[in-house]
Amino acid sequence: MPQLLKDGSIVDNSWQLVSADSETVPEGNVLLSVRHWQGSRQTLSNHVGEIGLWLDSHEEIEPLADEIVDIPVIAINFPKFVDGRGFSAARLLRERYGYRGELRAIGQIIRDQLFLMQRCGFNAFQFSSEIDLAEASKSLCDFTDAYQVAVDQPEPLFKRRR
Amino acid sequence: MSPFIQQRLKHIIMYQYDQYDQNLVDERVEQYRDQTERYLAGDISDEEFLPLRLQNGLYIQRLAPMLRIAVPYGLMSSRQVRMIAQISRTFDKGYVHFTTRQNIQLNWPVVEEVPDILAELAKVEMHAIQTSGNCIRNTTTDELAGVALDEIEDPRPWCEIIRQWSTLHPEFAFLPRKFKIAVCGSEEDRAAFLLHDIGIQLIKNAQGEAGFRIYVGGGLGRTPVIASSIREFLPKEHLLTYLDAILRVYNRYGNRDNKYKARIKILVRAWTPAVFAERVDAEWQHLKDGPATLTGQEIERVKRFFSLPDYQLVDAETVEADVQVLAADNKGFSRWLDRNVSAQKQPGYAAVTLSLKPAGVAPGDVTDVQLEVIADLADRFSFGEIRTTHNQNIVLADVAKTELFSLWQQVKTAGLATPNIGTINDMICCPGGDYCSLANAKSIPVAEAIQRKFDDLDYVYDLGDITLNISGCMNACGHHHVGHIGILGVDKKGEEWYQIQLGGSAGKDAALGNVLGRSLSRDAVVDSIEIILDVYVENRLLEESFLSTYQRIGQAKFKERVYATVT
Repeated sequence: MPQLLKDGSIVDNSWQLVSADSETVPEGNVLLSVRHWQGSRQTLSNHVGEIGLWLDSHEEIEPLADEIVDIPVIAINFPKFVDGRGFSAARLLRERYGYRGELRAIGQIIRDQLFLMQRCGFNAFQFSSEIDLAEASKSLCDFTDAYQVAVDQPEPLFKRRR
Repeated sequence: MSPFIQQRLKHIIMYQYDQYDQNLVDERVEQYRDQTERYLAGDISDEEFLPLRLQNGLYIQRLAPMLRIAVPYGLMSSRQVRMIAQISRTFDKGYVHFTTRQNIQLNWPVVEEVPDILAELAKVEMHAIQTSGNCIRNTTTDELAGVALDEIEDPRPWCEIIRQWSTLHPEFAFLPRKFKIAVCGSEEDRAAFLLHDIGIQLIKNAQGEAGFRIYVGGGLGRTPVIASSIREFLPKEHLLTYLDAILRVYNRYGNRDNKYKARIKILVRAWTPAVFAERVDAEWQHLKDGPATLTGQEIERVKRFFSLPDYQLVDAETVEADVQVLAADNKGFSRWLDRNVSAQKQPGYAAVTLSLKPAGVAPGDVTDVQLEVIADLADRFSFGEIRTTHNQNIVLADVAKTELFSLWQQVKTAGLATPNIGTINDMICCPGGDYCSLANAKSIPVAEAIQRKFDDLDYVYDLGDITLNISGCMNACGHHHVGHIGILGVDKKGEEWYQIQLGGSAGKDAALGNVLGRSLSRDAVVDSIEIILDVYVENRLLEESFLSTYQRIGQAKFKERVYATVT
């Protein structure tokens, strides 16, 4: 089974991603596209397995905000690693809409982004290529502190300097 | 001379790191060292390494890598300048280049040694963080901050607050495109703040409280635009939450498909400034008064780092009279006083510009030995403080007027006293085709040819204030759009040609130049500049400046003469 980093540990990935153009939804734990989420969620009442959601980098959270607080996994796709929209999306989910479940970065992410992604509220990282996850997890600890307010640190450094 | 009173103030010239700031730059060096090692081992692809190295200032250029070192808002200590000299000797060819963003570039570093260079910089509280790449760049300001006669408030504490907020900001490291912020604290604009992605102007409201007017969407490049105001008055404590709101809107909605349409100015124009302002305001309502709201305590903490030096109270008139006596006997000194020395608000003191534009040297280039001389002069004459300017010169502020003659003699020996500040020879010039892989044409040889052509100082002085800006391509690093005279290098079937623009301005009256006509060869450009200046001299009224004359008589007169003569 493919693996990912979650909360700093290497874990098995039990979730399947359902692409937006997929005709069917497989059994088991699935991450639905926004299209499936909006269109067929009601018809999935007999679905065997849990239901999560994935958002592409251009898709807005605001219209879905009321219905996603309780879902177990939300994944945000990075079609290119330099597409930074997912950083804002993650903060909005955590800070504005109170999302507490697993927030997973998927797509073309690179390990050198992990520290910043974690600050924005991601707690799971699923790489598109096979990499040494134990090595990659070191990048979560690139810095011991930061100036700004973020999900991991609700007080700015200027209020914490001693 | 009346008796003077010594003020015993503890003078700190600039922000000083505590363990938090130091730890962060040290960890950044180690992070980048690890990234470089993984890259060299083949574990990071070129494509993935690109933004990582850019966000540490490293470009791969035409001939060699180029490393851009951050000089936050253009302020350096003598200790830092000595370190730059040493680095340029140890790791480079013994000279550095000052840029239009008040930063420093090394032209010949080796990729493998960059982590060591960064480690040396960290020893003197310097770094290369975010000097390149699609992130928030070095915040720039007025080189006369703290001493300008027309200052409303010293912008440097605000620049430092912004520096800390923008440094490794978790959300905005992968923006659609680069992002530049400038702060203006005075009546006259010496920071070109209307040509930045965000321009912040310190103002006072009707109640006399200081705050900010916020402009967005200015910039040069392929699509030059003057920034629009989106908030007339922002109380100080809200600065960072408001900046967060602007950046978030841009990060989410800026164009990511076409790099030429990715700057915030394109989004602001597409939405209109009014709609953009509404979107920012809607976002800000969620962030306003949140934990990032600045406290009075923090503002005061940062302000304390920019305390005033130990000025001596002198009889300004007597001192000035003494200076004039020396000037009367010495034409060279007198010219230097006219062009390179600015008044400052503290009586008896002046701000001196060291010209990095002597003929025969690429504008903005300085040798290691000159850097060490500058550091020594700063220690002796300007409280150990050095300022870089967006015009690619260096300023020593807080020089006692009684010391001006002595300083002039030493600056002259160092080759930094060319009395050409603000003249046609004080041009802004990008590195151009000699160094840059983006350039269509060389720019340094054009600058040099112009300086050689106009080597008669009496003529140059008679022309008065003229800005001449040269860019080697439409990315406009040489700010050609806002020069009174702008020169742009263009590629015509593999050959280097140049387009002339007239009428630009970078001040509060910011204006973009108009293209004169078809592009010209390098030789013809220099001849055309002479013709343009002739038209000005023939048409000006009394003391009228080049720009005013141009605005009064219009483009046609210049165009006719140039194209009637030049083929």
